[in-house]
Amino acid sequence: MIRLSHVSRIYHLGGTEVRALDDVSLDVENGEYLAITGPSGSGKSTLMNLLGCLDRPDQGTYELDGQDVSTLSPDELATVRGRKLGFVFQSFNLLPRVPAVEQVELPLLYQRVPDSRARALEALRAVGLGDRVDHRPNELSGGQQQRVAIARAIVSEPSFILADEPTGNLASGQKDEVMHLLEEMNRARGITLVVVTHEPEIAGRAHRVVALRDGCVVQDARAEAAR
Amino acid sequence: MSALQTLRVSLAALTANALRTALTTLGIVIGVGAVIALISIGNGAQVTVQRQIQSLGTNLIFITPGATNTGGVRGGIGSAQTLTIQDAQAIGDPTQVQGISAVVPEILTGAQLVGTGRNAFTRLVGTTAEYAQAYDASLAEGSFFTDQEVQSRSTVAVLGATVAQEVFGSADPVGQQMLIFVPAARTSLHVRVLGVLRSKGGTGIANVDDQVLMPISSLSQYLSRQRAANGEQLVNLVAVQAQRASLVPQVQQGITSLLDARHQVATPDFTVVSQQDVSAAYESVTRNLTIVLGFIAGISLLVGGIGIMNIMLVSVVERTREIGIRKAVGARTRDILSQFLTESLVVSLAGGIVGVAVGIFASRLIDGKSLNGQPLHTVVSGGSVLLAVGVSVAIGLFFGMYPATRAARLDPIQALRYE
Repeated sequence: MIRLSHVSRIYHLGGTEVRALDDVSLDVENGEYLAITGPSGSGKSTLMNLLGCLDRPDQGTYELDGQDVSTLSPDELATVRGRKLGFVFQSFNLLPRVPAVEQVELPLLYQRVPDSRARALEALRAVGLGDRVDHRPNELSGGQQQRVAIARAIVSEPSFILADEPTGNLASGQKDEVMHLLEEMNRARGITLVVVTHEPEIAGRAHRVVALRDGCVVQDARAEAAR
Repeated sequence: MSALQTLRVSLAALTANALRTALTTLGIVIGVGAVIALISIGNGAQVTVQRQIQSLGTNLIFITPGATNTGGVRGGIGSAQTLTIQDAQAIGDPTQVQGISAVVPEILTGAQLVGTGRNAFTRLVGTTAEYAQAYDASLAEGSFFTDQEVQSRSTVAVLGATVAQEVFGSADPVGQQMLIFVPAARTSLHVRVLGVLRSKGGTGIANVDDQVLMPISSLSQYLSRQRAANGEQLVNLVAVQAQRASLVPQVQQGITSLLDARHQVATPDFTVVSQQDVSAAYESVTRNLTIVLGFIAGISLLVGGIGIMNIMLVSVVERTREIGIRKAVGARTRDILSQFLTESLVVSLAGGIVGVAVGIFASRLIDGKSLNGQPLHTVVSGGSVLLAVGVSVAIGLFFGMYPATRAARLDPIQALRYE
């Protein structure tokens, strides 16, 4: 589970102090489906960077599955990212010129996991790309590229997937397809799903919506469907 | 990530930019090739000089009049004329110095030779019949003068290969008459040519093809005014051949003690050097030449290394986003570091290996070509190959380290946002 306690992230811009996150506390249980929304400048990206172990808080603590990760070194954070986290980005962030199966295999290679190739193929089948394993990003549609990214996110069997505007670069037909796939990973595999978005219709699909404004949580609502 | 995987990733990145990789590698190829080729020229000079010294004969010791400067080998024949034929005879006495197989006294002077309508200026050597044995001199035609002819002061001569060509052209010199004029003694002598020596192909320091030999007795009698105060015939050089290489130092010591006793002077007025001493003196000269050549070539290798660094820095900037992605999915600092370092190592090692081939090819091409009339010889040594490949790998590591460190230290958040 994710537990943020009184977390602040402060930037210093030309002598003025900017509190991108200001005393945020947030608990996310295993298996939750959460959306984080807010206008630009609300601290969404900062929160995502912290949740994604790409950044460390200046104040407060971040516990991930019982481990305090707010004081880890950059290399220790890299290991946590590889094992516990799957990223899905708005711009897919696949490596250029690299076949799909090698994209998916990448997190396992950095963890030196055996059978990495077999697990990568299995993850690609799980996202419906079993017949596209040797395709490079430029040979795939936007939706297919994002599915490769989802396969890469789930291949190391993480605790949670962090999706940053996962449908921002997709045509409307593909948006639904990608969101369905993410939700299936949440429902069928019990992987916690955190979607950061500014689109109300995407946020509306989540079971819980956290709204940010000026670095503070202004709303934390559970949808009826969550039960 | 395993080393093999890292290598695969690096190779993929290098082949994605094949032209750029090839040009960067070319810098190292040229550098390593230059190192190999230039060092082979230095080594070749070393081998050539040593071969010339060895071609003089085996286990030779040279005694010249005049003292050495401390530790040095005096190049020219000494001006202090104190070494006489009697000294040479004393050295040849087996009760005085043991382990000697031949003693060859030599009077050296410049002489003008006049043959059938042609003439040449060369070195005239008055010596004994043992000359041929001591200097491994064999005859292309005719014969060498005998002990008999030396004792009877015969007016005969043996020509070096070059001189024979100059004085007699294509005609057969054996049995021909020839006039020898010695300007220093202002006299001349008609001699009969007995034979022509086989060419040793020497140049420079040990050119034995450009000289004429005659019995030392005849030269002393008719063509030399070089006398000591007591009237003894002075010689310019005594060559002594030891029976075995292992006896050389002992013989050298024996000669020194003997001449010290005979001359009775406070500071030695003669110099005793062995062939090995001469070898060693020239070797240090040619070794320095090799080092200087290698150093010059090393500069181009350094430039090649800077080329690697330059292109790696560009590559790191271009692939900022890729680095961000790799970090996001769990790559640690050392994963990124080793990936970029592997790339520069692959470039430098490949350049090194191709450079060795190019260098060997270039040195083959140079071999035998003449430079200012002097034939160049090249010898590629295993040491220079190892050195060049080792240095190119070190250059890959050194010049790859900074770009790789920059890549590894990128902040993943910034890197992922990089457009």
